[in-house]
Amino acid sequence: MPESIKDKVAIIGMGCTNFGELWNKSVSDLMVDAAYEAYEDAGIEPKDIDAAWVGNWQEVSGMSGLGLAGLRLQYKPITRVENMCATGTDALRNASYAVACGVCDIALAVGAEKLKDMGYAGLISVSPGGTTGTGGISTTAPAIFAMLATRYFSRYNISPDAGKRMLSRLSVKSHHNGNLNPKAHFHKEITVEQAMNAPIIAWPLGLFDCCGVSDGAAAALVCRAADAKKFRKDPVFIKSIRMCVGPAEGPVKQEYDFTHVEETYRAGLAAYAEAGVKNPRKEISMAEVHDCFSITEAVIMEDLQFSPRGKVKEDIESGFFDLDGGLPVQPDGGLKCFGHPVGATGLRMIYEMYKQLQGKAGPRQLKNINLGLTHNQGSMPPACTIAVCIVGR
Amino acid sequence: MVGITSFGAYIPYHRVVREEFYKAWGGFPIPGEKAIASYDEDAVTMAWDAGNNCLSGLDPKKVDGLYLATTCAPYKEKQNSTIVATALDMRDDIRTADFCNSLRSGTEALSAALDAVKAGSVKNMLVTAAETREGAPAGMGEAQYGDAAAALLIGDTNVVAELLGSYSVSDEYAGEWRAHNDHFVRAWEDRHLLDEGYSEQLPKAITGLMKKCKVNAKDIAKLVMSSPMDVRRHGKVAVGAGFGMGQIQEPFFMTVGTCGAAMGMLMLVAALEEAKPGDKILLAQYGNGADAFLFQVTDAIAKKAKAHLSVQALINSKRTLPYYTYLRWRGLVTVERGRRPEIPFTSLTALKRSRKEVMGLYGKKCLTCGHVMYQMPFGIGGMTPIRVCYYCQTKDNFEDYRFADKKAKIFTYSLDMLADVIDPPGTPVFVDFEGGGRGWFDLTDREPEKVKVGLDVEMVLRHQSFDRGIHNYYWKARPVRG
Repeated sequence: MPESIKDKVAIIGMGCTNFGELWNKSVSDLMVDAAYEAYEDAGIEPKDIDAAWVGNWQEVSGMSGLGLAGLRLQYKPITRVENMCATGTDALRNASYAVACGVCDIALAVGAEKLKDMGYAGLISVSPGGTTGTGGISTTAPAIFAMLATRYFSRYNISPDAGKRMLSRLSVKSHHNGNLNPKAHFHKEITVEQAMNAPIIAWPLGLFDCCGVSDGAAAALVCRAADAKKFRKDPVFIKSIRMCVGPAEGPVKQEYDFTHVEETYRAGLAAYAEAGVKNPRKEISMAEVHDCFSITEAVIMEDLQFSPRGKVKEDIESGFFDLDGGLPVQPDGGLKCFGHPVGATGLRMIYEMYKQLQGKAGPRQLKNINLGLTHNQGSMPPACTIAVCIVGR
Repeated sequence: MVGITSFGAYIPYHRVVREEFYKAWGGFPIPGEKAIASYDEDAVTMAWDAGNNCLSGLDPKKVDGLYLATTCAPYKEKQNSTIVATALDMRDDIRTADFCNSLRSGTEALSAALDAVKAGSVKNMLVTAAETREGAPAGMGEAQYGDAAAALLIGDTNVVAELLGSYSVSDEYAGEWRAHNDHFVRAWEDRHLLDEGYSEQLPKAITGLMKKCKVNAKDIAKLVMSSPMDVRRHGKVAVGAGFGMGQIQEPFFMTVGTCGAAMGMLMLVAALEEAKPGDKILLAQYGNGADAFLFQVTDAIAKKAKAHLSVQALINSKRTLPYYTYLRWRGLVTVERGRRPEIPFTSLTALKRSRKEVMGLYGKKCLTCGHVMYQMPFGIGGMTPIRVCYYCQTKDNFEDYRFADKKAKIFTYSLDMLADVIDPPGTPVFVDFEGGGRGWFDLTDREPEKVKVGLDVEMVLRHQSFDRGIHNYYWKARPVRG
């Protein structure tokens, strides 16, 4: 039996930049800001770091370990991690495993992305020239995730109006939470009507069903759990980090129902087993999940067993996932409002859990919290990479 | 017995009502409408569609060659017919050739095919003709020309229309022309073109053929004669050659438009669809002289005429577009591009390696577990060839499995306003194939408001992108036509 990571690794410092259209910040600029906030938070010097993992999705945000060269770490092992939108969590996973096995004492994980240098909205190209370009489909990320909504509505016999109302409720919640967060990309309360009547981006998803495309960076410093109290009185412990990369069979097999994400379901199962969680709906106190689109968040609630299959609508409409609900989800505003600089997102989610567990979340501070869960998704529902992390005191 | 063994036409789904041209530019109002190729169609894809219609129920592996006739070939250097043959899933030990540069190229290809079968060089030959000719905006040609394609299978068994004879005249005269660097068709004074070109050469070929075959006009059930730019001259020439109005095959000017090298063949397909055994059909096509053929319909016609989508069904199945959409689709106006990522260029190396998946829409059937699967050869998860089974994880135990000829239903879709497409909204669909397998494609020739889960679709070859002189063809789904 492989060993569990539970309670072997502690997060002793974190940093996160403001997310947004940071026109005058380069990616290296952002990484320095996030890393130095983490150094200060942990009370360490750069020379204390033994190894680093830097997460970038796109080459424009950095290639190889040299992408982190702006930090001037002195001749240390640095690895670039790329796992699409799940990159940030994977960087933390690698750093955690390194300290857990004892080859280094303090490891740094940084995730950063510069999306807003390209002159257009939306994500940048994922196709390297020359290796593809034969055949092809004209599509975008919103359309790929919209197909999840089309099928969800069809399967559960939800009218387009009722379906859009359900999804709008999620966006209203994220906008409310994001408005309480000074580092978030968007600060604007919206109503269900505004969300429902917003321009369509990819039917049935409208403008407010889609997350922000942002620049930003986040960083975490980890050490072995036994050493954590040397650095601070309130470290946060990793209870589980699990990745699940699918065999990309959803686009190929008729068996894939397009109303769930198998990788999320399986990553959740693995994480609960590792953390010893028996009843996720009851035991998880709060979650930051990969709400790149409103429908993604809805389906994740079922895949992570927060809501029964086909029943998330009831939990959304009853306010179960609101800040004052039974299981607050996206307390920091989520991808929807905090923003989504791809390589940084996984670490940004951890940052919110870390601050909540330390009681430093300001006006959105949750009470009576024990375990926080993050869920980070790379690529599309039928074929993706998922990382789930559970942290606690 | 040598002759036509199968036939099928293709008319694009889209129309522009001719009044639109008059409203835009003034001049003379011309009645009717014209068929226009979609932004993702060209002579190659339309020839594929006509060829596919012609081969309905037949095995493409049993066809010994393919000719493509067009004055609108996508490639000047590089054979165009090989693209059509590959997408039709034909063998590689076949004859392929392009017949270009002449409004008679359709019947030139037909002559060559008839001769090749007669000589015993091939058992059969698929002849396709497709046109997307353009007249410059505000000119008469813009309103008159239409886009269409037709295909005839020539062979010596199961003949539905036997060749009785043929006759050609050649004439060095440029009534309509395009030089090597012209995009739009140029034309000489129409009165001269009609009097000294069309009205001189066609009767010469028709009467020459009738004399050679020892038949009179009254013996002919249908005169299938290509129409000039000015359709009024069509009837006048036919009547002048001794035919009554009832004998003249309708030239589809009001519904399709004059369609160049494909015209005679398109009209012949329509004539065959209504022909009775014993009918004599005279086909005559104008263009730098004229070609004329006499066919006699056999008893085999009854079954064949029902085997495919008819010209009438193709005419009836349509969507009407405003003129500005036509201008956009044909690239005749420069439009603001969506602020979206660049499309990666086509790697000819990757294309050659994955030709079967890209141009043949081939997937795999696992010989261990029996499942069929199609893996797109590009993008996320685009990892071809399939080496390990998606179902049972057995390695390298597959046979090829073709999806292009399978019916399918939409499993899920979106209407994408963000994608930088020529005909927004982008309409990506996941389709489930009859017999198993799923694929992710663009939906084309659709009305966005009619797209729904469960819609029946069929797979068609379309032009996906163009970069660095390379035309990138791939498959799209379209709502079942007809």
